[in-house]
Amino acid sequence: MSPEYAVEVHELSRVFGDFVAVDRISLTVEKGQVFGFLGPNGAGKSTTIRMLCGLLQPSSGVGRVAGFDVMTESETIKRHIGYMSQKFSLYDDLSVEENIDFYTGIYNVPRDKRKERKSWVLEMAGLNDKQHYLTGSLAGGWKQRLALGCAVLHEPPILFLDEPTSGVDPLSRRQFWDLIAQMSHRGTTVFVTTHYMEEAEYCDELALIYRGKMIAKGKPAEVKTLIPEDILEIRVERPFEALERMEGSGLVQEVALFGDGLHAVVGNAATVTTELNDFLVQQGFVVQAIKQVTPSLEDVFVSLIELDDRQRTQGERA
Amino acid sequence: MKKPNFSRIRLWALVKKEFIHIVRDPRSLAMAFLMPLILLILFGYAITMDIKTLNLAVYDQDKSTASRNYLEGFPASSYFSVVAAVASYAEARAMVDQGKVHLALVIPRHFARDLEQGRATKVQLLADGSDANTATIAMGYVEAITNRFSTAQLGAKVDLAVDNRLRVWYNPELKSRWFIIPGLIAVIMTVITALLTSLTVSREWESGTMEQLIATPVQPIELFLGKMAPYFVIGVLDVLFSVAMGVWVFDVPLRGSFLFLLGVTAMFLVGGLSLGIMVSTIAKSQLVASQLAMVVTFLPAFLLSGFLYTIDNMPRFLQVVTHVVQARYFVEVLKNIFLKASPPSYVADDLIFLGLFAMVVFVVALRKFHKKLA
Repeated sequence: MSPEYAVEVHELSRVFGDFVAVDRISLTVEKGQVFGFLGPNGAGKSTTIRMLCGLLQPSSGVGRVAGFDVMTESETIKRHIGYMSQKFSLYDDLSVEENIDFYTGIYNVPRDKRKERKSWVLEMAGLNDKQHYLTGSLAGGWKQRLALGCAVLHEPPILFLDEPTSGVDPLSRRQFWDLIAQMSHRGTTVFVTTHYMEEAEYCDELALIYRGKMIAKGKPAEVKTLIPEDILEIRVERPFEALERMEGSGLVQEVALFGDGLHAVVGNAATVTTELNDFLVQQGFVVQAIKQVTPSLEDVFVSLIELDDRQRTQGERA
Repeated sequence: MKKPNFSRIRLWALVKKEFIHIVRDPRSLAMAFLMPLILLILFGYAITMDIKTLNLAVYDQDKSTASRNYLEGFPASSYFSVVAAVASYAEARAMVDQGKVHLALVIPRHFARDLEQGRATKVQLLADGSDANTATIAMGYVEAITNRFSTAQLGAKVDLAVDNRLRVWYNPELKSRWFIIPGLIAVIMTVITALLTSLTVSREWESGTMEQLIATPVQPIELFLGKMAPYFVIGVLDVLFSVAMGVWVFDVPLRGSFLFLLGVTAMFLVGGLSLGIMVSTIAKSQLVASQLAMVVTFLPAFLLSGFLYTIDNMPRFLQVVTHVVQARYFVEVLKNIFLKASPPSYVADDLIFLGLFAMVVFVVALRKFHKKLA
């Protein structure tokens, strides 16, 4: 085990009956990094994070989390990590303070640190004047931050967050990522799953998982170079109709609404730009602009996922 | 790698949390305290094996002073009403067959002479066995009256006057309620305790808090003890409450030691609450858990505990099965504490089984509980 890695797994798999939920995933997470584990719903993100946290026994593979074996030392791992599950499961019928006290006890936080940790959580979650509120009555963003606070009461070196921002308003999501950045800054390794592709930009390192398989990994800037195609941004009136026509034109591989314009995946931007412009004009659209843009992570992921789908269908036909 | 040790701090955090859950949930509180009350009242009044008036036909072949004296004991007991005096076996039989009487009593020809000469004599009882329960109890009453008559006849004579083997101790008035209430308390508590804890673990699986909890260093034994502690307190209160009702509402005497009662209750509760937790651990959903808890406790407790049906009269196979019915031991010991007040050593077998049950179920529940999701 290299000491610089907080998480290091090799060919980790999990099978449920005939279904391969996670298929031979290998990854390393350096200490202090924010590691984003991305993928659409059902890709195997939660299954992976649960194996890393010792909640699910891997079917095969090897690996270490916080220096302990994921196959045999799951109970030891649990003492060195913080975990926040998808539903940020706190006890709704307990007050904010009671939930904090409960996890303080469960994590055996030393007596002399309890008060300090409690006020830290209340401060961090913005719940200073709400400590006697029943947790069930709190809005999503507060609940989420309280859950985060409860998961790190014992100051674990590694924090696992499973879809921490799903179902939370955009402002709270932003605040939450600020908190993650702060923790990482203080040396905590954060392993976070999300299906919001735009959140990938906040991470130091990314991995994209699709249908149980890792299909890309690297730093955000590196991942953006992974697709060979170019991306064109098209500003046009009646973008919906334009999208339908373009799909049938044979000029673009992929086209999707993006903001109030369209993003098209094309083989070569230089040649297709003019062709596409002519095509749209001929079809009676008023084209405001067509230009090549740097792919966003979302473009990359959509493109990679579709590439994977195409390869899979070809593989099935062959 | 060293395993994390049992932590009293974690246990205490769990106990506090469970208490808060219960206190904040009026439904579970109501279930915990009102259910035993309602069940006890319902069943306490509904299940009565006392038979108010039994119709009796008499075929007195002797027609002597002695036989008349003997027969007078029946209407005097208030259990019997002599509705017909018949003149032949055929007639007596017909009355029983047609359901006109529950019983027919035949007094033999030399009843008075046998008594005078100090010889044993026998009366014959024809009972309508289609209602076995009534027949059994009726026979008990006849035996009791006959016994009383026989004792009065003895005087200086040595021989037993009327053939009689039944003695009723502990409950000389044969009040079935005396038998029923202690058993009923045991049966009701068996159902309640399993039901109480059956919801606690499954509720956490349902709400997702279990996933959070098993990602912490918490130990299964801490979790179980933490969950059992508040329900243990409730269980003790429930038993005391039920016993108080038995004594003051149903007039059943409590002759045994109160401390012994508490000790036995504690042993019983550990088993019952563990059973609920085991069920909850297997089921993972509140609905399934509560139904499973009912199935594994309700019918066995009612039918196989010896509460309604004597275990000795069951088929051999069922008798063996009753050994895993926890209620069986609690029924036996509670009856003992209420009516007999014999020392604990007299029910040592039951106590041993009660303890074994608690230990085995607790250990099995612990083993069944994995700190894993699948």
